[in-house]
Amino acid sequence: MSETPKIRLRGLTKRFGDKVVLDGIDLDVMPGTSMVVIGGSGSGKSVLLKCILGLIAPDEGTIEIDGTNVLALDRAGREAIRAQIGMLFQNGALFDSLPVWENVAFGLLARRLASRADAKARAETVLAQVGLAPSVGELRPSELSGGMQKRVGLARAIAARPEVLFFDEPTTGLDPIMGAVIDGLIVDCVKTLGSTAIAITHDMASARRIGDRAAMLFKGRIVWQGAAAELMQSGNAMVDQFTHGRRDGPIQMELRR
Amino acid sequence: MSGFLDFVASLGRGLIGACLGTGRLTLFAAEGISHIFRPPFYGRQFLRALLEIGYLSLPVVALTAVFTGMVLALQSSTGLSRFAADSAVASLVVLSVTRELGPVLAGLMVAGRAGAAMAAEIGTMRVTDQVDALTTLSTNPMKYLVAPRLLAGAVALPLLVVVADILGVLGGFIIGVVKLGFNPGIYLANTLDFLRTDDVVSGLAKAGVFGFLIALMGCYHGYNSKGGAQGVGAATTSAVVAASVLILAFDYVLTELFFAR
Repeated sequence: MSETPKIRLRGLTKRFGDKVVLDGIDLDVMPGTSMVVIGGSGSGKSVLLKCILGLIAPDEGTIEIDGTNVLALDRAGREAIRAQIGMLFQNGALFDSLPVWENVAFGLLARRLASRADAKARAETVLAQVGLAPSVGELRPSELSGGMQKRVGLARAIAARPEVLFFDEPTTGLDPIMGAVIDGLIVDCVKTLGSTAIAITHDMASARRIGDRAAMLFKGRIVWQGAAAELMQSGNAMVDQFTHGRRDGPIQMELRR
Repeated sequence: MSGFLDFVASLGRGLIGACLGTGRLTLFAAEGISHIFRPPFYGRQFLRALLEIGYLSLPVVALTAVFTGMVLALQSSTGLSRFAADSAVASLVVLSVTRELGPVLAGLMVAGRAGAAMAAEIGTMRVTDQVDALTTLSTNPMKYLVAPRLLAGAVALPLLVVVADILGVLGGFIIGVVKLGFNPGIYLANTLDFLRTDDVVSGLAKAGVFGFLIALMGCYHGYNSKGGAQGVGAATTSAVVAASVLILAFDYVLTELFFAR
């Protein structure tokens, strides 16, 4: 395994007004591994992903991908880094106005990496990888079930063979069987592409299926890191309370801020 | 005394807010315009926007223009007959339609139809992460969503106004001939005698500006919407109201520019 982390965060801090959402995050994700970030609602998981993607500018800290601090890059440099990243959004975020195959091939067409005919062929191949027939490519996203939308979102994320994959709550809103199917597809895709992945989730079964490593975020800080297989018996009181869904423990729900 | 100070402070806050909003809108417009001229260009997005703003607005603009021409002929006939100036009906209709009512009414109709649809579509894309998804797929949302619509708005509305001008005059002609008893040949001669090129050109120039403003308001409010369905609804309302007010304000400014002596 390489010594240099694929993704390296140091002192990452983000505030919205006087609310500190990320409070000095340090995190390393090694090449070819999957990191699962767990944490309650509002713990800063989505903001963390958006900072790494460049959708939100952090207030302090560094984000290194392959040893390059992406925050120090110009716009072209950031776009080049972003082109290496695929993202599966929580609700799919498929483009309603385009048929499924154009959604899947959007990145290829946007970067002029393929003609429309080649892009369509590539989209059909990737759709088959996630278990969807070529005929699905002609449908609109609104005609698909939730599980199919997740598959199409996954197909779009992997279509350009990215080196880094992000998954935002990949199994939210799915039944347990469909959740397991999506997790299986995610693991297959990550292994096939040899990508490095970060997934954020509330779903403990999903976390253990997807992740090699896991980290827990609480009030903007990483409070625990370890092997994903150890999640259910971490020995950390916060992680144990969260993973077992206990009402009593060190984490108290803030009903009002 | 403290009540007065609170009042002044609230005025100041309002003024600062208005300045900030104007600044944000100006920067948004400048960035959108700059992307019109910088590659990559999204021709399909432009054609789609042209279809939605232009072609799909044709029925409502056509109906508005015909009825406006008809009403104008009727109203001007009753008014002008008091001065025994009935023969001026045709020229009054054509000048009113080409200079003023064609671009303004077409603009207001398109603001209500296409401007609202634009704000709702982009607003929904914003709150469902589709705008962020564009960014992650190496596509600048300003270039992909905003620039084609701004250009399409500025191109489509003058084309619609050409149609509105013709149908508005036709509406007046129908009432003039059928109801008011004008000779068709004389009515048409009066229409053409008093019409100058700059009457039509000024109306089309106004339409280009109005089309740009409608698209700008639709894109700006949609792009900055937040808070789910309610936020998208608020953005849509703001887009239509702002575009309508701006059309009327710019109509005055442009009329002053074109016709003030």
